[in-house]
Amino acid sequence: MNGAEFLLFILMLSVFLGFELINKVPATLHTPLMSGANAISGITVVGAVALAGAGDPTTSKILGAAAVGLAMINVVGGYMVTDRMLGFFKKKEG
Amino acid sequence: MDTASIIAFGYVIASGLFIFGLKLLGSPATARKGNMISAVGMLIAVCVALLDQGIVDYTWIAGGMIAGGLIGAIAARVVAMTSMPEMVALFNGFGGAASLLVGWAALTPDSSTFTLITIVLSILIGGVTLTGSLVAYGKLSEVLGSGAVNFSGQQIVNSLVILGVVAGAVLFCMNPADPTFLYVVIGLALLFGVMAVIPIGGADMPVVISLLNSYSGLAACAAGFAINNNVLIVAGSLVGASGIILTQIMCKAMNRSLSNVLFSGFASVSNEVT
Repeated sequence: MNGAEFLLFILMLSVFLGFELINKVPATLHTPLMSGANAISGITVVGAVALAGAGDPTTSKILGAAAVGLAMINVVGGYMVTDRMLGFFKKKEG
Repeated sequence: MDTASIIAFGYVIASGLFIFGLKLLGSPATARKGNMISAVGMLIAVCVALLDQGIVDYTWIAGGMIAGGLIGAIAARVVAMTSMPEMVALFNGFGGAASLLVGWAALTPDSSTFTLITIVLSILIGGVTLTGSLVAYGKLSEVLGSGAVNFSGQQIVNSLVILGVVAGAVLFCMNPADPTFLYVVIGLALLFGVMAVIPIGGADMPVVISLLNSYSGLAACAAGFAINNNVLIVAGSLVGASGIILTQIMCKAMNRSLSNVLFSGFASVSNEVT
């Protein structure tokens, strides 16, 4: 079931979904939305984990570990920064 | 349930939470909750990914996770409210770099042509995202000058870089055993990211960061194809597509078109000439 055509099918549906999800976003939310979506793109960490944990070869292990680290910066930093921004908006308005 | 089904099921739940989270992020009342929901999705995805049967050694994973998590958390805490956009650019660049490395690490001697193409794409898009985001960060934080950088013959140089990337990518797919072409593609992708962002002025950087954010999603998506992982494809293409739409919305808010922003540097050169 995990053939290339199945993956392309998933790709097509997700792209359309992504287009549909974002519409009429107020200007104040542009940066938080960008930052929140950016944190999601750190999903690469999931792929990097399997590569970093493989027994060998050593090259892909090192590359994988570096990818885990970089993606974790993106994920953890991304979600925390987004939360800080949104918390700030709430205080300002209330 | 066997481990493979648990992993697949976890990825389905994570994908659903990303979609729901992005939806909630789009309206002010629910945005913070949406961010939380998408973070929970990420936590689930990472936890089930750790169950992977192919993992025999957790030391490298733990090292990467602890180092990356700490750096990210500290950076997110200490950054000033006014410096948020450049922080996002920096995080985004790291995400692109991660996709580049995943694509590179996925390369095996018996990769199929389809896999090779997706590896090249993740390296290419990831590399452009990395250096493009670093330049955007530099311009916003004024480490680099915030003005547009133009020089004569810039279009020729850019065309040569693009030609070089395409030629390098094709040669790499034909000779995957020879790492030279791989390094050529990585180098030119990194160079192209710089060349694409330097001609754009600092005031337009938010739009550029939004576009690069979309690219980092596409890079994750390409990496997903390279390693046959559907949660990467779903999450990556969601970010890719919604990032493009958000970029459009931001351009409209500034009363500009996207091509106007991207090629503003070149336009100013031709205006000076005429």
